[in-house]
Amino acid sequence: MTIQVSTVPEVGNLGITTKVDRAAYLTQLLNLRSPLSEANAGLQSTRDQAAARVQELAIPSTREEEWRFTDLSPLLQVNFQAASAIAPTNLEAWFLPEAANSRLVFVNGQYAPELSSTADIPAGVTIGNLAATGSLQSKLANYLAKQPGAEEVFTVLNTASMTDAAVILVPRHQQVEVPIHLLFVTTGQEATISHPRCLVVAEAGSQLTLIEDYVAIDQGVYFTNPVTEIWIEENAQVSHTRIQRESEAAFHIGKTAVSQARDSRYSNISVSLGGQLSRHHLEVYQTGEQTETQLHGLTMITGDQVGDTHSTIAYTKPHGTSNQVHKCIANDRAHAVFNGKIFVPKAAQLTNAAQLSRNLLLSPKARVDTKPQLEITADNVKCAHGATVSQLDNDEVFYLQSRGINADSARKLLIYAFAYDVISQIPVTSLRDRLVSLVRLQQA
Amino acid sequence: MAVRDLTAEVDGTPILKGLTLEIKAGEIHAIMGPNGSGKSTFSKILAGHPDYTVTGGTVEFLGQNLLDLEPDDRAKSGVFLAFQYPLEIPGVSNLDFLRVAYNARRQHQGLEELDAFDFDELVQTKLGLLKMDEAFLSRSVNEGFSGGEKKRNEILQMALLEPKLGILDEIDSGLDIDALKIVANGVNQLTTPDNAILMITHYQRLLNYITPDYVHVMEAGRILTTGGKELALELEERGYDWVREDEAVEVGAR
Repeated sequence: MTIQVSTVPEVGNLGITTKVDRAAYLTQLLNLRSPLSEANAGLQSTRDQAAARVQELAIPSTREEEWRFTDLSPLLQVNFQAASAIAPTNLEAWFLPEAANSRLVFVNGQYAPELSSTADIPAGVTIGNLAATGSLQSKLANYLAKQPGAEEVFTVLNTASMTDAAVILVPRHQQVEVPIHLLFVTTGQEATISHPRCLVVAEAGSQLTLIEDYVAIDQGVYFTNPVTEIWIEENAQVSHTRIQRESEAAFHIGKTAVSQARDSRYSNISVSLGGQLSRHHLEVYQTGEQTETQLHGLTMITGDQVGDTHSTIAYTKPHGTSNQVHKCIANDRAHAVFNGKIFVPKAAQLTNAAQLSRNLLLSPKARVDTKPQLEITADNVKCAHGATVSQLDNDEVFYLQSRGINADSARKLLIYAFAYDVISQIPVTSLRDRLVSLVRLQQA
Repeated sequence: MAVRDLTAEVDGTPILKGLTLEIKAGEIHAIMGPNGSGKSTFSKILAGHPDYTVTGGTVEFLGQNLLDLEPDDRAKSGVFLAFQYPLEIPGVSNLDFLRVAYNARRQHQGLEELDAFDFDELVQTKLGLLKMDEAFLSRSVNEGFSGGEKKRNEILQMALLEPKLGILDEIDSGLDIDALKIVANGVNQLTTPDNAILMITHYQRLLNYITPDYVHVMEAGRILTTGGKELALELEERGYDWVREDEAVEVGAR
């Protein structure tokens, strides 16, 4: 993706908002980064290169195709500040019993060792904060910020601001039975910006289950700009669940970049519930033959929330399979966006790719923009895609009412049923149950 | 239930044009008629489907004005509609769904709700009635059910909810003879002197298995003629045209 440099100020839609220079604003965000610690000195050159790149870029405007439906102007109105180190106490509500001793916690982007526990992780697996990886750092440097798409403006801002990072390295043929819970907490009292970072390397034949979880303590305005890079080597398997339940006033612009080597399997379940403006870039790059990719997405928003998912599956080799289902539920004046790219170049013969975008609008003012974008130049492939936008069906509500269930409960039940095939994929029972109750409580 | 001069429309198009019908406890009625005669619409209007607007007439049900009630309140008062096309609800187990519906009715009757354990016991006793396997209960409501399974599931719901008036909208369509026998047998076991059944059907075949006390022929939003079960046989043999002709003669003679 190319980001056009733009310094033309945007005029705010209410007249009371101030004009902001989009390049200067981005530089301002960059200047909030915290200095590198001694242990992370090895990151200096990566950070410097990224910082130099940031200086050439600007916050994208809706004139750019990639950001046509998602207006970042509200972000420009906030004066963010660097995150402070506050250690919150009561986080148990977000802990998962299945991952009681396989959890890393980051607060406002900073690693919180006292809240983390990795006792259940098998020996041989590297897990922890990047700064603690010591001699492995030179090996990790081959992976860190090396995914395609690393030049995208928010990704490069994250790289330039990188300090703490969750690192998981699973060695060859190692299976990690317990799910690994990466919990990113924002305290949310102040308008802070944080840049969570994850690097996951699943070596050949290994297997792991990852839960990446964004939560907030206070319902304030803040900005989370996370980047997760996942490398899945030959015949390895990664199950990845990403839950975004930020404050409803927050900004969240996240990146998941995945590279899949031959015979590898990747499944992603992404659930986006929070944020006044949230965006998830989900990018899967297949580098070997016969890879398998499963993507299940759910965006469920209300009020004036904007929830955007931009996904890319880029094939390069034959015999790849992907299956993508993305669902959006928009209530009130909420605005959901889905853009699903699938690239099947000439070399990727015998690809089998399916994509389905299903959208449910619960109010007349709710809006969805959905755009399947398949670019296929190979000639012997199977690619299917579909997009639907609908409202709750009167006949369906009526059916439930005719069984004595009142209209409100009936609508809730139907919304839940719509979301079910995404939520049901979550491999960790306690998390799945929590999301089930969250979805069932949603106002219809 | 007493229906008097009922008129209704959908999007401004009249569908019912003065329908009058009385059903007493213990009776089984069948409404037959060609496609588009308004018979399925009639069943949905009785259950309270929001797409139809009642423009005139009354429906009295057990002393209440049925048309004043929301669809869920009609259900709780004892009206049950078995759907021609039952809805699929992924993610909601049949057992949970049945329990929610059952307890909504219990609550309305001022009875205590049944817990999962007691309900499970109750539902087991009803499964046999419809030769349904226990596996039905753990599957999502109607999802992946065959046509016959869906219809049996409708009657299972009726068995649990014990309505005062069971309206069966084309419960026989799309069923093979074995499935039809199971469904009909289930319905027959549910009839008591206290409740009533209203069947809506295209085909006389259903009436071989559930014997009606009255057969009504519907055409263009009205009931043209009413008779006993022999009327159905006559319709099967002679089609609907002769009813229309009789009606025309009658109208001419007035």
